[in-house]
Amino acid sequence: MTGPRTFFEKVWSDHVIADLGDNTALLQIDRLFLHEMSGSVAMRQLAESGREPAMRELVFTVIDHVIDTAPGRGLDQSRSKAGPEMIRAARAGSRRYGFNFVDVDDPRQGIVHVISPELGVALPGLTLVCGDSHTCTVGGVGALAWGIGSTEGEHVLATQTLPQVRPKAMRVNFEGKPAKGVYPKDMVLALIGKIGANGGIGYAVEFAGSAIREMPVEGRLTICNMAIEFSAKYGFVAPDEITIDYLKGREYAPKGAAWEAAVRYWRSLPSDPGARFEHEVTVDCGGLSPQVTWGTSPQQVVGIDGRVPDPASADDPGTRTLIERAAEYAKLKPGQPIQGVKIDVAYIGSCTNARLSDLRVAANVLKGKRIAGGVQGICVPGSTAVKRAAEAEGLDRVFRDAGFEWHESGCAMCGHMGNDRLADLRVISTTNRNFEGRQGPATRTHLASPATVAASALRGQIADVRGLIG
Amino acid sequence: MEKLTKISAIAAPMLRINIDTDQIIPARFLVRVTNDGLGEGLFAGQRYGRDGKPNPDFILNRAPYDRAEILLADRNFGCGSSREAAPMALRQRGFRAVIAPSFGGIFFNNCFRNGVVPVELPIEAVRQIAAEVEATQGQGKVGVDLEGEAVTTPSGAVFKFRSPPLLREMLLAGADEVDLTLRRGEQIGDFRGKDSAKRPWAYRPGLAN
Repeated sequence: MTGPRTFFEKVWSDHVIADLGDNTALLQIDRLFLHEMSGSVAMRQLAESGREPAMRELVFTVIDHVIDTAPGRGLDQSRSKAGPEMIRAARAGSRRYGFNFVDVDDPRQGIVHVISPELGVALPGLTLVCGDSHTCTVGGVGALAWGIGSTEGEHVLATQTLPQVRPKAMRVNFEGKPAKGVYPKDMVLALIGKIGANGGIGYAVEFAGSAIREMPVEGRLTICNMAIEFSAKYGFVAPDEITIDYLKGREYAPKGAAWEAAVRYWRSLPSDPGARFEHEVTVDCGGLSPQVTWGTSPQQVVGIDGRVPDPASADDPGTRTLIERAAEYAKLKPGQPIQGVKIDVAYIGSCTNARLSDLRVAANVLKGKRIAGGVQGICVPGSTAVKRAAEAEGLDRVFRDAGFEWHESGCAMCGHMGNDRLADLRVISTTNRNFEGRQGPATRTHLASPATVAASALRGQIADVRGLIG
Repeated sequence: MEKLTKISAIAAPMLRINIDTDQIIPARFLVRVTNDGLGEGLFAGQRYGRDGKPNPDFILNRAPYDRAEILLADRNFGCGSSREAAPMALRQRGFRAVIAPSFGGIFFNNCFRNGVVPVELPIEAVRQIAAEVEATQGQGKVGVDLEGEAVTTPSGAVFKFRSPPLLREMLLAGADEVDLTLRRGEQIGDFRGKDSAKRPWAYRPGLAN
């Protein structure tokens, strides 16, 4: 008989087809999600190998990465030169193989990690992989989900399995009621600031604690999304009644008797009392302030009342160089307050923070106001379903009246795919990566919550949202 | 799959922390319908100026490091995006190994499937190798022996490392991983027979009874 087990141990062991020795297992993969960038590579490699998909009914494809988000876009429209060809390749491959395919004009279209839980493709206790590092997002509904390379994707296509080295178990406890102006994005940024961008290497991370227990699914998705930003491939929240309520009735969720059986299984998955984690971290959410990054790594983050650090304060030469290089790239000085830094663009979008609850929070800040002169406001809903729901509530009018652009759904300007619109500009962004060049050549990205992005748009500078909300 | 057993080559020290895959190859180079030509995008943001001309200050544009086959880096190398173009670009530009204290997990796995070995050594060891390389103006060769799991510095010092046995064997043999898995067809079938009875919804998305 085994002792108390973690959620991760239960899900992992239920998927082990073969023990390959040395802590490595061949795993059953329940869902493979493809998109036109990495997915088309995996499909091309599969075709070149002469093999056929093993379980095509478990494979899903969506077009999200290079598709244009301009209103009235065409089916192959892209700001990237080879974008249309890539989209057509993904579409043709998915149709030829008979995958579940969500095209550009499908009302279910959206960013892969946003639609995956929306459609019930991601479910508790399923293994789900995608050639995209932010696949960990859907750990927010209790899936064991992680990003893979395109050759791993080819392996999953051909076998519906994947050999993986088993990670260690880590638990992050978010405790207490988040302070005013503090959202899931702030919580996870604070965590990364605390443990570093490499703090999760080799770990599968369970997010727990009172703040997580009371958090709706959309916030959990935001937190899990950023697991990869501290180099944890896997991040998840064990399923509970909030998860089950969220999933009921979704297109690919089980129905009827199958639903009842699934729910019974899901209720058995949470970590047992006394289960052992190799590493634990606790974050006090009551003591946090809104967070914003200043540099070129998500770990380079401060509270909204904070300052750009002095490289001399670093305890080792590597960290000193890192701070110097980042400050130079960001065109900020040591000791400079982050609040008040002028911005050119306010960007709301991405698999991190473009779900309906995110748009509501931003709209609440913007309502009846105008963004500062000279600031470009851009809002890209995370999915077509989110866009339509927002429009039904009139949120699009709030954004437009405030001076924001209102786009079709897609990954858009989270990553620079060849559209130089953000080149040389300073952007406050609800996305997940502030890396050098991530949003464009010499683009300086500051990561923050939708509320902080909206507040900063109004002020034309990085601003504290707490003075703008009740 | 391309194999790798042992190399002795010029090593380029780039001892920075958190070199992410967006730096290794910016996303705009990924929008293509072939894996060829990715080497041109390697470190493009640093290797070229905004005018597209090579940046003379960037280490890989300077002799002898322009012929480097080994990269030396600080912790969390290859963090961020899962893009397999990162190890592909390294390989197409001539690299066979990256030595660093730790790696982003997805990048680490991708390396083995593209003929590049990610070698984990403590930062003190990486610094010593870099110092020896710099003392010889980059001419001193660094050895990486995957079979023996050992790195040899220009002065002959040896550092042992560990790598996941399955991935190591695959790279040593240049084996086709899918073939290896498909040989377990019977075992996979047995597993699915039992598992689909226990978790039928996992095998039929949207199952209604």
